[in-house]
Amino acid sequence: MAHVMMGDRSPMDNERTGQPMPGLLNGDIIWLTLRAAMGRRRALLFALPAFILIGISALLKATAHSQVWPPEVLGTVGYLILALTALIVGGSVLGAEIDDGSILHLLATPVKRRTVVLSKYLVAVVLTMVFAAVPEYVAGAIATGASSSLAVGLFVGALAGCVIYNALFVMLTAVFSPGQALAIGLLYVLLWEGLLASLVRGVSLLSAGHYSLAVANSIAHNTALHADLNLGTGIGMGLVVTAASLVFASVTLSAFNVTGDAA
Amino acid sequence: MTEIELRGVSRWYGNVVAVNDISMTIGPGVTGLLGPNGAGKTTILNMISGFLMPSRGEITVAGQSTWRNPAMFRQVGIVPERDSVYAFLTGTEFVTVTARLHGLPDADAAAQRAIDLVEMSEAQDRRISTYSKGMRQRIKVAAALVHDPQVLLLDEPFNGMDPRQRLHMMDLLHAQGDQGRVIVFSSHILEEVERLSGVIQVIVGGRLAASGDFRAIRRLMTTRPHVFLVHSSDDRALGAALIGRPAVSGVELTAHGLQVRASDYGTFTREVAGLSRDHGIRLRQVLPADESLESVFNYLLAS
Repeated sequence: MAHVMMGDRSPMDNERTGQPMPGLLNGDIIWLTLRAAMGRRRALLFALPAFILIGISALLKATAHSQVWPPEVLGTVGYLILALTALIVGGSVLGAEIDDGSILHLLATPVKRRTVVLSKYLVAVVLTMVFAAVPEYVAGAIATGASSSLAVGLFVGALAGCVIYNALFVMLTAVFSPGQALAIGLLYVLLWEGLLASLVRGVSLLSAGHYSLAVANSIAHNTALHADLNLGTGIGMGLVVTAASLVFASVTLSAFNVTGDAA
Repeated sequence: MTEIELRGVSRWYGNVVAVNDISMTIGPGVTGLLGPNGAGKTTILNMISGFLMPSRGEITVAGQSTWRNPAMFRQVGIVPERDSVYAFLTGTEFVTVTARLHGLPDADAAAQRAIDLVEMSEAQDRRISTYSKGMRQRIKVAAALVHDPQVLLLDEPFNGMDPRQRLHMMDLLHAQGDQGRVIVFSSHILEEVERLSGVIQVIVGGRLAASGDFRAIRRLMTTRPHVFLVHSSDDRALGAALIGRPAVSGVELTAHGLQVRASDYGTFTREVAGLSRDHGIRLRQVLPADESLESVFNYLLAS
């Protein structure tokens, strides 16, 4: 039986550095989050919608007689897929660990909660870009050519969408239980953005999808994208929503309460 | 000297009070939080860990408030009860990444020392998903110890361990306590606490029912009134003989035998066999009727 002291440091060394660890991002959390996300079976789910979008685009390119479909299909179906992919990815980078309790191992370290949120958020943004924004570009390139303004515009808009949607969905999982966060996210994407934003003027002002379309349209200049907001409003609102969501998520995680066991 | 201090701590969920006005100071050495399931032990440990805000009162570790204070984890290691670890990592990866998150200068060496300490070096390169529950507990302990904390909090650490692993973990925690660390663990099993800790805090129904030296509390537990179900070849004669003994406070003749209330557990169990032999009565059954921990704890609470 080994009765040894752990490490060469004295207890005083521990007490000396009573500050949380600095830094906005943490490479180890990014590595852990990436491995967790890609290791789960749901990683396969990430790629499925992207393949569907590219398949639809290729099919329509081969069979459709008119060329009016690309902005309609890629602006609606493509951005819906983007939102749902962000919901799955952004909802899982933090939510899955909160759900199974493994987040405690991460939080029982002196790493700032803000760093935890931002590191996980970065992974979600990159994964969504890979699994939704890049396929959106590929689908656009198939439809209208690799250097067409529509393909490039939709790609840049999708990149913006990855940034905004993931901030929203990471925040939802920090505030609500994973099930609730998923339900609220779905309602937001399908009901608020999918239905109300097309029926009620003003709703688009609170729609991450419309912020993304505003960015896309600033390059594509295509009325068929139905972009209700101008570029300035889209970027401005997108930045506000992203920053507010991440700050709120960090503050909420700082006051993380273990739930589900009142004993 | 590092201490954990709880002052008037309560925690409630809506109308349900999980922890009720607990004050205690826990110093270096091994301290057991003993209580039946649902007593509030996990709630107390979660509050000490800073993962649950007290509804009322204050908790400090080494003078620092634990709530919203991640810097505290430089001095504190936790082993949660939930069997939730990053199962896709190997044991080495899990402990090493924990060391890195603590900002240790030589994370690999610290991780290896911690893994060796819990005797997991043989399985350290296997994925945690292949570990038994006992092995998962040990790798969690390694991760909790990797940064050499002054305080170690363990929630039901012996769950799922076989007897050999249990003994090893007890030795390990003893050694850590002897080195001046504050080791707090929860358990609902009396024998675990008896073997491991000199100081116990008994929690019943969210309240601190007893606190202090284990032997004194154990004495309280063993001298409380006990109920036994006794069946013999002549229950009536045995009942008449038993009621004359000072260790027996009551006897009831039922359809299933005698229900005996003993005021002294030890004396009764020693006397009953001799008494029946002296009267030529054959004993068929002596069964403690109220040996559940809950009844022990409820007695402590009432006393």
